[in-house]
Amino acid sequence: MAAELNAAPADDRLHFYDVALHSRLLVGTALYPSPAILAEALSASGAEVVTVSLRREAGGGRAGESFWGLIRAQNLRVLPNTAGCRTVKEAVATAQMARELFATPWIKLEVIGEEDTLQPDVFGLVEAAKILCAEGFEVFPYMTEDLVVAEKLLDAGCRVLMPWGSPIGSGRGLNNLFGLRALRAHFPGVPLVIDAGLGAPSQAAQAFELGYDAVLLNTAIARAGDPVAMARAFKAACEAGRGAFLAQTIEPRDMAAPSTPVLGKAFT
Amino acid sequence: MRLNVNGEPLEVRARNLDALIAELDYPAELVATAVNEQFVRAKERAATALDEHDRVEILTPRQGG
Repeated sequence: MAAELNAAPADDRLHFYDVALHSRLLVGTALYPSPAILAEALSASGAEVVTVSLRREAGGGRAGESFWGLIRAQNLRVLPNTAGCRTVKEAVATAQMARELFATPWIKLEVIGEEDTLQPDVFGLVEAAKILCAEGFEVFPYMTEDLVVAEKLLDAGCRVLMPWGSPIGSGRGLNNLFGLRALRAHFPGVPLVIDAGLGAPSQAAQAFELGYDAVLLNTAIARAGDPVAMARAFKAACEAGRGAFLAQTIEPRDMAAPSTPVLGKAFT
Repeated sequence: MRLNVNGEPLEVRARNLDALIAELDYPAELVATAVNEQFVRAKERAATALDEHDRVEILTPRQGG
């Protein structure tokens, strides 16, 4: 029987803008085998925030209504995205539509710049962030781990940053540990979320061990052989990683250091 | 009048956005709208006249990552 992890203190809350959260795992709602498995996986993940989108639907269709009913029944906070937007104009209009429909100032801002990697267009991202922050949005920018872009997004008014771990849906984990460490070190007071690229719970734990405040993932759970069990595994990994960060891991060293006392050894 | 609705050409009777949503049988409270890439608030739909070949987007909540 697995023991509950209690490494993090009870008041170890995550703050996004003025909202305090207990769960540090944000989960996407796409690609699940069925609505029932989505609902069960969300529950198993312990997530308090889920990402959603806006899409076209034929007149008379009710897919959107059905999905939205499922999410509302879970009583979760939603983070709408601007997924797939390739221009500032598209991203801003989509964000404005999302704010009205989902009744939240939160927006996961994506301005995609490259099709193969779905890498963000950081120039468009900064421009869109300036517009949206000025309009009162609380922007969660999907960005690369670039320090200069981070600075400009903060100047624009963003109070959360979401660097990618690796390309969306790739499952490659944290591609640039040096860059992610540097970002963490440069912005110690800013909530940082690893968004995209995580495939295994160990990669989520690694993000927390680096000092990241939260992780956002979708494909790793939705496309797992057993999404509900994987949601549970990610929940445990996030708690383990956060607990390890707070407990302060040892510094790595090149040479061995015996753990059993040398003093008192026989035959010496 | 001929419009482009959600990327498809469509012949409609409606002359404003509110009427278009009703004509196409969308649940008005569960859609967000834009005309020619400009967001149109729900309360402004009735006053938003449509012109020939306008590009209308009518979006609903959907799964996202």
